[in-house]
Amino acid sequence: MAGVWLIPLLPLASALLLILSTGKMPRQLVALLGAGSVGLAAICVALLARDFLADGEVRQLTLWTWLAVGEFTPRIAFYIDGLTVVMMSVITGVGFLIHLYSIEFMWDDESICRYFAYMNLFVAAMLVLVMADNLLLLYLGWEGVGLCSYLLVGFWYRDPANGRAARKAFIVTRVGDTAMALGLFLLFTELGTLDIQPMLVAANSHWQVGDSLPILATALLLGGAVGKSAQLPLHTWLPDAMAGPTPVSALIHAATMVTAGVYLIARTFGLFLLAPPTQEAVAWIGLLTLLLAAFAALAQSDIKRILAYSTISQIGYMFLALGVGAYASGIFHLVTHAFFKALLFLAAGAVIHCLHHEHNIFRMGGLRTRLPVIFWSFLIGSAALAALPFTSGFYSKDAILLSAWEIPGIGPWLWAGGLLGAMLTGIYSFRLVFVVFFGSAHTEPDRQPGWKMATPLIVLCVLSLLGGLLVLPLSGVFPPAAHPAASHAVEYISIGTPLLGLLLAYLLFLGRQLSIDTLADGPLGRGLSDLWLKGWRIDQLYDAVWVRPYLGLSHWWRNEPVDRIYNALVSLCQWAHHRLCALQTGQLRWYATSMVFGLVLLVAIMLRNAT
Amino acid sequence: MSGLQIPMEHVLALAGLLFSCGLMGLMLRRNIIFMLMSLEVMLNAVALAFVAAGAQWGQADGQIIFLLILSVAAAEVAVGLGLVLQIQRRFKTLDMDQARRLRG
Amino acid sequence: MMATLFYLAAFIALLATGLALTRTNAAHALIYLIVSLLAVAVLFFLMGAPFAAALEIVIYAGAIMVLFVFVIMMLNVGQEGIEREREWLSARNWVVPGVLAAILLLELLLALRAAPATTSGVAVTPKEVGLALFGPYVLAVEIASMLLLAGLVGAYHLGRRFIVRRERRR
Repeated sequence: MAGVWLIPLLPLASALLLILSTGKMPRQLVALLGAGSVGLAAICVALLARDFLADGEVRQLTLWTWLAVGEFTPRIAFYIDGLTVVMMSVITGVGFLIHLYSIEFMWDDESICRYFAYMNLFVAAMLVLVMADNLLLLYLGWEGVGLCSYLLVGFWYRDPANGRAARKAFIVTRVGDTAMALGLFLLFTELGTLDIQPMLVAANSHWQVGDSLPILATALLLGGAVGKSAQLPLHTWLPDAMAGPTPVSALIHAATMVTAGVYLIARTFGLFLLAPPTQEAVAWIGLLTLLLAAFAALAQSDIKRILAYSTISQIGYMFLALGVGAYASGIFHLVTHAFFKALLFLAAGAVIHCLHHEHNIFRMGGLRTRLPVIFWSFLIGSAALAALPFTSGFYSKDAILLSAWEIPGIGPWLWAGGLLGAMLTGIYSFRLVFVVFFGSAHTEPDRQPGWKMATPLIVLCVLSLLGGLLVLPLSGVFPPAAHPAASHAVEYISIGTPLLGLLLAYLLFLGRQLSIDTLADGPLGRGLSDLWLKGWRIDQLYDAVWVRPYLGLSHWWRNEPVDRIYNALVSLCQWAHHRLCALQTGQLRWYATSMVFGLVLLVAIMLRNAT
Repeated sequence: MSGLQIPMEHVLALAGLLFSCGLMGLMLRRNIIFMLMSLEVMLNAVALAFVAAGAQWGQADGQIIFLLILSVAAAEVAVGLGLVLQIQRRFKTLDMDQARRLRG
Repeated sequence: MMATLFYLAAFIALLATGLALTRTNAAHALIYLIVSLLAVAVLFFLMGAPFAAALEIVIYAGAIMVLFVFVIMMLNVGQEGIEREREWLSARNWVVPGVLAAILLLELLLALRAAPATTSGVAVTPKEVGLALFGPYVLAVEIASMLLLAGLVGAYHLGRRFIVRRERRR
């Protein structure tokens, strides 16, 4: 297919048009442009995918040379293999559904034009990110999606809290981006190229497994991935990023952008294979993040924050997969996660939309009969999230856990941790379902979702249920994983654990056989739930360790201690000026007398010289 | 008119004495009119020295310088006395210690 | 005879100057100053500079001093001004100016020791002065004329406003 370049261009052109219209475009046209461009891009991607599946050929396309500085000649070039096709399909497919949904969700917002401009720009940047042939172009897309994330988190900028959340998202990811930029510098200096495929070849010929340079380079890349994908220790921005409109959370902060880190690691896996310590670090980061985030999700009461923590947790699974070398499983989980998390967010958004922007789950309840479409969507999404058997999440998560089990040495530990996380996932996802949709109603919905909302939900329901049957064309990209040969016992435990979580959630929140209050009322329970509600107090920790010292330092510098030296000079001059001013008495006789005194001195000197 | 034979030093010493007197008056008096008079005395003393020098060499140059000094003195007195009138009007006094508006 | 006359005139000049600068009444001081100037004019004459002597009398003792007289008359300082002047001339005010002037005089006298010479006594006629003045010194004459013009303009400017105001007040 020749028009590959059309795919990122369509949303980009639409974004430019929308921006240039300065909000004067009628709503209908905005919606048509915003959703239509992404829809067209999705169709192009579908055509491309059909071609690709037919011949399985890697496509490379060079548009032009971006800049040429000596040996550094990055090109605007696309590299399309199975991984790219998968990512593009997710971005444009899920992206289109979310755009369609947004039309109804944002219809009453006066800034709908700005909204669609940012969203289209995001899609364009994300496409550039995944299609990039070299790391510099990838970095362009990387920063582009970061910018769009910032703009969309702070979309309702009139509330200062939203602006703060946007800044936090931008700055925290910036920490990772800086590490990534350093990694790019290092790779270019050492290998002389940033084109991904030649770079991987060069790395294999330059470096041995376990050399320090690849470890350093991959660690820096990992820093970027961790920042973008909201993994420990840079995950704190994602829960706050929920300040944006809900479809934004669905597209950017669940389905696509936050998985860019996963994509980056998968794309440069050849480097990570050369650096086993980093590889292992990826696994541990994933495991730790998934557990911490799952615990934090248990205590939240804001529907979107629960989903945000579950996103962090699920990306933790993807990192775990990458860390244990199960790249295909990680990407598979990325895809299924994109389906069911987008579904969950959209359903949550619909709930919020229909309940006068209510976010607190304890003020919802009993919505099962009142909003049936949303209920079934949410139920299916939660089932997939909890990896109940035969949903899409089951296949992908199961594959990850089994791959983790295979790793010699640490494998069982990773497996056990992942399993605990899976149980927690079951608890918190069904806690959400039971609290929001069962029980007695606290808030009555004032409207029903329209077709523009319902259609994406239904499509995503189907994908979430059946997505596990997809066969991703990743065989040519990653080394073939050893076929899991775990015992049946391990498999049964993997299957059973989410069900256990579901049972616990039922007993705690619906059947009330177990009293949540007695658990939470003890000093330990109250302390833990408070700790989890605040996300392990990591924000406070960073506040104390970084933010406050930095602010203190900048306050100190605001008084400009260096300038004190120059101010002292000024003061000295002023002091001398005041002293000398005393000489200027304004008295003529005083002047005359001092002149005579000088004259006497001068003549005396002349006399001395003459003799 | 010839034959005055006295040491040059005496004439110049006289000029110096007169100059010092004027100087002392300038520093001593607070009334601006007296200060102007002191200035006249000093100018006159200098003129005396020039004329004496011209007399010693029998040249006209000394007297010419005297003429120039004379015109300077005339101009100075004209402007100076105009200023005196203004000072009297503005400060209602001739005391230069009172007129100290230029104090820094 | 001539030398005696010279020292006498010098003595008168010094005495009159000293008296002029210590008077409390400005008019009296002016008279003494005129005497001093006349004595200096005699000195000029004795040294063979009759032209300078004549100018000293006409312009210095005449025109310039008359200006002073006019101003003193306009200001009309009166008796209280004299009292004030007396008060200002207290002894302790003399110390610093006296010392400074004495030192300067001493220095000047020290400088004079190195030049032992006598006056020639040769008269320089007004004709010679005039020839020199409009010969080599013609530029100086021009400059002096400009200076006088400037003084004229300045004095006119400063004095006119004074007169105008007084008339208006009246």
